[in-house]
Amino acid sequence: MNGTNTLILGAVAYDPKVVTIWDGFQRHFALHHLPFDYVLFANYERQVEAHFRGHLHVAWNSPLAWIQSQRIAAALGRTVEAIAMRDSDRDLTSVILVRADSGIHEVADLQGKRIAVGAHDSPQATLIPLGRLAHLGIEPNTACEVLPFDLVPGKHGDHIGGERVAVRALLRGDAEAACILDANHLLFSQEGTLPSGATRILDRTPPYDHCNFTVLDGAPQALVAEFRRLLFAMSYADPLVRPLLDLEGLKQWLPGRTSGYAQLEAAVTRFRTIDAFVEKLVAQCR
Amino acid sequence: MQVELGDLGFEEGGHLLVKRALRAAAPGEAVAVMGCAPDLALHLEVWCRAEGHRFGCGPDGVLLVSRGAAEAARWEGAEPAGHADPRRPGAVAERAPLRWGLAARGATVEAGSPEFDFRLTGKIEVWADTAAALYAQAAAAQWNPATAIPWDAAFDLPAEVEDAVVQIMTYLVENETAALMVPSRFLAQLHPHFRKVMQLLAIQAADEARHVEVFTRRALLRRDRLGRSTAGGQASLKSLVEEPEFAIASFLLSVLGEGSFLVLLWFLERHAPDPVTEAVARLAAQDEARYVAFGLAHLRRHLEQDPGFRPRLALAARQRHETLRHTAGLNREVVDALLLVAAGGWDPGQLRLGHHRVVGLLADMDAARRNHLQRLGFADEEAAELSGLHTRNFM
Repeated sequence: MNGTNTLILGAVAYDPKVVTIWDGFQRHFALHHLPFDYVLFANYERQVEAHFRGHLHVAWNSPLAWIQSQRIAAALGRTVEAIAMRDSDRDLTSVILVRADSGIHEVADLQGKRIAVGAHDSPQATLIPLGRLAHLGIEPNTACEVLPFDLVPGKHGDHIGGERVAVRALLRGDAEAACILDANHLLFSQEGTLPSGATRILDRTPPYDHCNFTVLDGAPQALVAEFRRLLFAMSYADPLVRPLLDLEGLKQWLPGRTSGYAQLEAAVTRFRTIDAFVEKLVAQCR
Repeated sequence: MQVELGDLGFEEGGHLLVKRALRAAAPGEAVAVMGCAPDLALHLEVWCRAEGHRFGCGPDGVLLVSRGAAEAARWEGAEPAGHADPRRPGAVAERAPLRWGLAARGATVEAGSPEFDFRLTGKIEVWADTAAALYAQAAAAQWNPATAIPWDAAFDLPAEVEDAVVQIMTYLVENETAALMVPSRFLAQLHPHFRKVMQLLAIQAADEARHVEVFTRRALLRRDRLGRSTAGGQASLKSLVEEPEFAIASFLLSVLGEGSFLVLLWFLERHAPDPVTEAVARLAAQDEARYVAFGLAHLRRHLEQDPGFRPRLALAARQRHETLRHTAGLNREVVDALLLVAAGGWDPGQLRLGHHRVVGLLADMDAARRNHLQRLGFADEEAAELSGLHTRNFM
């Protein structure tokens, strides 16, 4: 891939709009003379694998795919960098909800209770909130029962369907608590999935970061630098660019930062959910 | 600045109060958001992240929001699509930009809105200052075919007179179908910036649809089948339906065609052998008058601004005549039916009277067409020539 004239980006097709988004970015980059193409994957694991096999230069990674990449790179003696992220990727939180009339008033009260979560690989609706509960003494699957809603596996929770179903399970009484992203709490409140006054927030995680553009050592530096420069030059005031930013859910691109992944890092270390994948890929890449 | 939400949830409309306060705040000024809804802080923080506003907590725990740049950036380069009041100078654009799309005239249009493929974008082609009044009149004059016409009135016509009425109705349905299709086709090509013209074309199509209905219903009142449709009549109408240019189609249809047709409808009303025929002819004539008036008004305006367009209109009338010169034009059945209906019976004296009335009808149509052409600035001689070239199918 080195010496190539075209920057290849990988992204996961969690929704049909992903094609619209990257087609739009391709047109934008072409206008600015950056040769750019993209490859879509059905799941993040396939994307991480393709990245390490050298099939793409930049991966639009979920936070979990970032940690997978980081661990694989460390084991292989390679370096990995988060080069950019959305403004909306910074300082997210997750909330643990209970029904308003529930007798659960502190995290300790979740002992022995059933907790609805999103997809098993969702940082925001499963791994980070369950990691927090474990940290506070409620170990998943031992101190409490976990009820996962794995609607679209492999997408690392990008599809919000699982969170919506988890909330409905809570409201129906099939679970005593539910874990969702803070932004989905507002969305579900606005759309009526969470009726006003029906639930209350039992706990909220500290802030964490979400997606980033990941590059591995050996990526074509000039193309990556131009890609990054063009990202940061995208202005919300530009009517040609604005629809792309709206679709991707940001107002501006920011430099990547890696300080916001510590909670997820701790959670996957505790739950060992990515160990097998990381070990397998390391073995294959050696 | 401070905004008080009380116990109102952010998702329950509290966001509107915050947005209003942010609009009123000076650049960089933090708005303190006060409230006791349980999820207020969470929702406010999430909303700020999504909207690009800055969120923070004051030392005393007060929630603070400062306006980000995104909201203003979205409306940079936005432009007004004319003005709602068409009397204001420049309110109706001389050429409506395609990027204004479906935006209401007077709305503020975000930059980057998609361009629509409207073909009729020039005010000169379509506009008439009277369009609004004609539309208002049309909207107020809508009649219900079920109640406006005395369908159950008792009458008894000789069989041949009834057949003649059926033949005339068959001809009218065909012509009104053309009168429906022509404005409908241009309606879909018209830039909606010319709102009143758009509305007028729409209500014209609806009026013509109703005419098709009542003429059909009259034809089938005493018979179970319609009359004849001729190749020549259809050829004449086809040349109208296929005319690609709005101003020329309007000239041929509204000024020359419907102008003649209007005289025919009043003739039928006057000599109708039964109250149902009389009513359908009268109601249709009242509607058609508006569209003749609109055609004349926008063409007059067009010609005032571009007198060089007049020879093109004349050419169109001549070309249509050339196209149709090898066709029979009006079918003999319709002329005979008109004569018989105007005669009212088989007595030779009645037939002669019917003949004179049809001759008078043709002369009245010619006079109407010449009058319309003169109002468009054609000299008497050319008006007479062009009127003489008009299709024998009347429309």
